[in-house]
Amino acid sequence: MLFPTTSRPQTPPRVVITGAGIITALGRGWQPNAEGFRTGRTAFRPVSLFDVSRQRAKNAAEVNLPATLPPTALSAKQMTRLDRAASMLLLATREAWQQSGWEPSENLPMVLGTTAGGMSFGEAYFRQAVQTPRRHRHQPTRAIYYQPQVQGRMVLEALDCNGPVTIVSNACASGSNAIGHAWELIRYGQAERALTGGYDALTELVFSGFDSLQALSTTVCRPFDARRDGLALGEGAAVMALETLESARRRNAPILGELIGYGSSIDHHHLTQPHPQGDTTLAVMRQACAAAGVMPEEVDYINAHGTGTVLNDSSEAVAISHWAGQRAATLPVSSTKANIGHLLGAAGAVEAVICLMTLREQWLPPESMFETPDPACHFPIVQKPRDGRVNVVLSNSFGFGGVNASLIMRRWV
Amino acid sequence: MSRIFVAGLGAVSPAGWNVAALRDVLNKGEPLPVQTLERPGWNKPLPVRLVPGPTARPEFLAHPRLRRASPITHYVVGAGLEAAAKLRAKTDPRLRLGLVVCLQSGCVNYSCRFYDETLKDPATASPLLFPETVYAAPASHLAAVLGNISLANSIVGDPAAFLQGIALGAQWLEENRVDACLVIGAEETNWILADALWHLERPAVLTAGAGALCLCREPAWSTGVELAAITDAHTYSGRNGRTRAARAMRAQLGNNSSNELLCDGAGTSPHADAMELDAWRDWTGPRLSPKRVLGEGLMAAAAWQCVAACDAVAGERFVAANVSLVGANQQAIGARFVRAGSAISRLSRG
Repeated sequence: MLFPTTSRPQTPPRVVITGAGIITALGRGWQPNAEGFRTGRTAFRPVSLFDVSRQRAKNAAEVNLPATLPPTALSAKQMTRLDRAASMLLLATREAWQQSGWEPSENLPMVLGTTAGGMSFGEAYFRQAVQTPRRHRHQPTRAIYYQPQVQGRMVLEALDCNGPVTIVSNACASGSNAIGHAWELIRYGQAERALTGGYDALTELVFSGFDSLQALSTTVCRPFDARRDGLALGEGAAVMALETLESARRRNAPILGELIGYGSSIDHHHLTQPHPQGDTTLAVMRQACAAAGVMPEEVDYINAHGTGTVLNDSSEAVAISHWAGQRAATLPVSSTKANIGHLLGAAGAVEAVICLMTLREQWLPPESMFETPDPACHFPIVQKPRDGRVNVVLSNSFGFGGVNASLIMRRWV
Repeated sequence: MSRIFVAGLGAVSPAGWNVAALRDVLNKGEPLPVQTLERPGWNKPLPVRLVPGPTARPEFLAHPRLRRASPITHYVVGAGLEAAAKLRAKTDPRLRLGLVVCLQSGCVNYSCRFYDETLKDPATASPLLFPETVYAAPASHLAAVLGNISLANSIVGDPAAFLQGIALGAQWLEENRVDACLVIGAEETNWILADALWHLERPAVLTAGAGALCLCREPAWSTGVELAAITDAHTYSGRNGRTRAARAMRAQLGNNSSNELLCDGAGTSPHADAMELDAWRDWTGPRLSPKRVLGEGLMAAAAWQCVAACDAVAGERFVAANVSLVGANQQAIGARFVRAGSAISRLSRG
């Protein structure tokens, strides 16, 4: 039963990560992404998915999808109903699933974050309805399969699984909120394990939207740089297999890391602009630390939301500096949006997997295009590839609408 | 485990801008008149039931955040403020309020307008429209109007996801993360959504609006209604079709009783309704089917079902009300609301 829940544990169980899947413009899977982020490679190129000749910005971080998807439990016909976004979700989920070593289940919760779901189907529906209004072919299929809950359900079916699907859509904080929600489901005894993450594909509507707001960089994306001029868009997906420590130990599963804290709140300041002093950012970082039982001094790296827009980065810089206090002077911070762009609903999930990489492989992801720090940054930006001792990491995500989220993960040794 | 009560209800629907208007049309049981929407390039108009303009301009529309907001935001704010009104009147304005907004199609008006502008010339597409296209916009605006929302989520799914939203609100209350929680289901209409429904469920009439429940832990804030149960989410799959999922949901909701109301999701689409009607074919008690009067309001319709169920219990017409939500493409979930403090309340809690 969703309510009342009868199996709430006296002490919340520890939640560990036993699988992780990722796909970004840097590549498909853990290895190419880890190499790319470790060396600070950037993955921007001219947009090829739709016409941008009348847009201010021309580049984005497009994913190279394989010509054919790997075989799954879905039929060939069902596979044709996966759009670009759902295909990326499938690839990331499959990688996490295989790494976890889980068996198929009829009750596997899936919690996903997305802003657009199958928007490409929605766009195709609109174009056909307007341009050839008497033509109805494919429209019913598009009307069903653009919906994110259908995409999540199909990806579960692809793994020969079923279970409750929850879609969180808190704009660009969706991925982090989805992971946080899955963490809470496990901590409060509603599930022993869950698949969770985020996904979003580049679409014409969203690209045009950020371009219309003049939020897209026309040069290069340089989060926290004094000369930053906007964000760059990307696309991708990341999924984690979360389970109780007891469950992982029972089956002798390799543990990749531990999710130890989550904070979430909402900034009332403005629909698209953060509070200048980063009040809500500060609150969610503190919430996450309280849940994790760690102090700022114990955090070894922050993967910032760091979009590269003037307002976001200055607000986040103020919040991080305030939150970290004296620790700020030596606290390494970077935004991996400098490498792969802003992945919107996938951002928080992809950045959580990048944090997991730093914990597993003990390096810090640099912003190779960064030059001049914003005066609001009282912390060092990671500029060059470097190894480091990384035991605890924090990842920030914020979105239109003001929902803010922070996740904290710990190294597993 | 905490007890969860309903502290208030709100509704914006084709019947009007409050729960009383919703109650009136449901009591009458007559389907509301159908209007039509023009579909560009096609001379066959699409049937809809539109939300009428409010009889008096609501004060909340003067809020600067709502100046350019889309209709769905107005519906969310209207229903949310009505549901929270009693609570706000008798509690500390600093109380921590949670907000869960559930949507299926979301902000389709501005999305279509913005994409239309993009196709015509992206260089002149309006930056005022784009931020209002995101699923999270209505929740953000209501949070700004209320000022004391401390935790918010927007959830997307088929209409049964409204009960996932109620379960999330109950979870936040049980964890003491909020003192009360608004859970709102909402939709808006436009021609493309009506066109999509025409493709998928031809007999259905699209409608719009919002329904809201304000949940709390404090019995003194209650309207006399208690949340007794929400079933599992019975997700559809190749092995677990809609029929089987609907039956599994119904099996978790208990037995027939003449004192209990069944508030179901049956409308005017025989194909779409068949599985739910099959699951409840042995139900002999009173039954209310709001969609037959109001139309297919997607997530808003799911919320109206819950509002109507709670309203019937709060008005002491029934000791309990069961809500059946058999969604179109995701899951079947049911819920049970009971009169707070009644014997049936304790029984149903096992």
